[in-house]
Amino acid sequence: MSDHNYTPKSKFGKWFNDRLPLLSLANHLTDYPTPKNLNYWWTFGGILTFCLITQIITGLILAMHYIAHADLAFESVEHIMRNVNYGWLIRYVHANGASMFFLAVYIHIFRSLYYGSYKAPREIIWILGMIIYVLMMAAAFMGYVLPWGQMSFWGATVITNLFSAIPLVGESIVTWLWGGYSVDNPTLTRFFSLHYLIPFLILGLVVLHIWALHVPGNNNPIGIDLKKPSNDTVPFHPYIVVKDLFALLLFLIVFAFFVFYSPNILGHADNYIEANPMVTPAHIVPEWYLLPFYAILRSVPDKLLGVVAMFAAIFVLVILPWLDTSKVRSAIFRPLYKQFYWFLVADVLILGYVGAMPAEGLYLLVARVATAYYFLHFLVILPVLGLKEKTLEVPLSLTEPVLGGSPNEAMARSKKEF
Amino acid sequence: MRTFKSLLFIFIFSFFSYNGTAAERTHELLNPEWSFKGFFGKFDRASPQRGYQVYTEVCAACHSMKYLSYRNLSEPGGPEFTKEQAKIIASQFEVTDGPNSDGEMFTRAARLSDNFVGPYENMQAATAANGGAYPPDMSVLVKARKGGADYIYSLLLGYEEPPEGIVLDDGVYYNKYMAGNKIKMSNPLSDGIVEYLDGTPATEDQMAKDVTSFLAWAAEPHLEARHKIGFRALIYLFIMTILVYFSMKKLWSRIESKI
Repeated sequence: MSDHNYTPKSKFGKWFNDRLPLLSLANHLTDYPTPKNLNYWWTFGGILTFCLITQIITGLILAMHYIAHADLAFESVEHIMRNVNYGWLIRYVHANGASMFFLAVYIHIFRSLYYGSYKAPREIIWILGMIIYVLMMAAAFMGYVLPWGQMSFWGATVITNLFSAIPLVGESIVTWLWGGYSVDNPTLTRFFSLHYLIPFLILGLVVLHIWALHVPGNNNPIGIDLKKPSNDTVPFHPYIVVKDLFALLLFLIVFAFFVFYSPNILGHADNYIEANPMVTPAHIVPEWYLLPFYAILRSVPDKLLGVVAMFAAIFVLVILPWLDTSKVRSAIFRPLYKQFYWFLVADVLILGYVGAMPAEGLYLLVARVATAYYFLHFLVILPVLGLKEKTLEVPLSLTEPVLGGSPNEAMARSKKEF
Repeated sequence: MRTFKSLLFIFIFSFFSYNGTAAERTHELLNPEWSFKGFFGKFDRASPQRGYQVYTEVCAACHSMKYLSYRNLSEPGGPEFTKEQAKIIASQFEVTDGPNSDGEMFTRAARLSDNFVGPYENMQAATAANGGAYPPDMSVLVKARKGGADYIYSLLLGYEEPPEGIVLDDGVYYNKYMAGNKIKMSNPLSDGIVEYLDGTPATEDQMAKDVTSFLAWAAEPHLEARHKIGFRALIYLFIMTILVYFSMKKLWSRIESKI
């Protein structure tokens, strides 16, 4: 926040702002210079903020009626669905909201991958985003356990059992996580507690994520540094606000279709059967948004290495800013990277697909190849590509060649020397 | 690149239209026209009313519906019995209440506010009485089975003589829609097992349809309200989106470049 020459007009405003610069903050947020060439893939940040707040508000109301007890949880969810006024609406918004949240976050992450938004000077924004993503997965997983249906129970059993792969202390850790010798009431109550906590951690991290974003400003489809403010930028309000709102409304139409017309299509039918430790479902599958990682986990024959591979899949994303050696951000100017990018998208979708299938035969083979390619992309292709790829000429500014002397000149020149 | 991308989108759509796990079912489910499917789907009142009759006279011998209350029967969006009818229905059941001021438990006729009285005291009793197979509670059964209403309907009509070479134990029946084709419930429906109060001929198909639509309502009692509110919400969102779109166009026209 470097643009601090704002003084409130009223006397009280000045007095207040000297003591708590909220008005300066509001002024910064409305005036915040934003690249004017942002496309619709950039609207998902706002959409995600909306998703988080929706989850918190609906969750708050659900928690008023939900009972975190192994004997009562399933019944209390049915109570919400049947007897609480508009309880069905609140629960369906919350349950489908989780899926919408992940849909949006995946688009947001893949947008960042395409336009190189994770590169210097935006590494911290990216890492904060990855922490948010991991917390989202934790929150979603624990939330799925709360209705205490069959998938809740067995999903919790499978996922918590992953920690037993840790040598020596694994079993003790699992017992500690469960609060007993199997997934039971203590597990449910602690998951409820953590499920209530995590969204607020995410909210705090979102504030940091946006704060860190406002230091260098937004990346943009061209991926060049813009002079701010300049002819290349527009004030956040009203230009970006109205565009974000338009995109949010389109998103809400999709959201509403799910909530009102197929509220259960993204869930699993077995979760409407009350948890029964004596009956194992035929297939235990996590929610769709965790499937790619589930596929990676299962594609490794060794349990410990499988868990390691799964966590490594996230970790390579965290260190991505240093794996990608290319100085050019946007894929628009990286003809080879652009192709590899779409291969990666296909690879992750394939992983998601085989993650939903039984781990046997052809599915297992495909899962293994896709897992190997996933790591190949990040650990080999990206570092090498950055050094070898012949990139296209990067423009100096959005309005080039009308305006000269943009901060990209040096970068563009050094590119030409290649 | 373009073909690759379009292939990718086809893949994405097929991914989303694909639902849950691959259940190894040998037969396509029967798929009758349900009045409650679709944008304006509603229950055809008479059908879940008859379905309730099938439930009490046939299914309720083994299956509980513990999350429903008798008052639900007269609430809007379901079978919509009158309140008086629902009261009479409730009064036919006995529930244990108490303790009274003497500390004694007592039985009384059920009221509208009471939950459906089940056939067994608990899950274990139900399992023991049914040859080791627990007859599942039917409150959310339609949502708890892949295929939903189609599956329940198909299952009810899926009883057949076992094909050559399949030997069934005592108390096990062959059903072509059941996973593994073996089911511990004998064919519950036969023509005329119920005498419908409204004079509709009680064919197997009719009863299967009626009881399924009753169960579909029971699993999703606010379905009609959901469809109605959903339609309004979508209209609202469409209009709002158009308005915001033109506001956006107007605002951005100040900036020389296009969005």
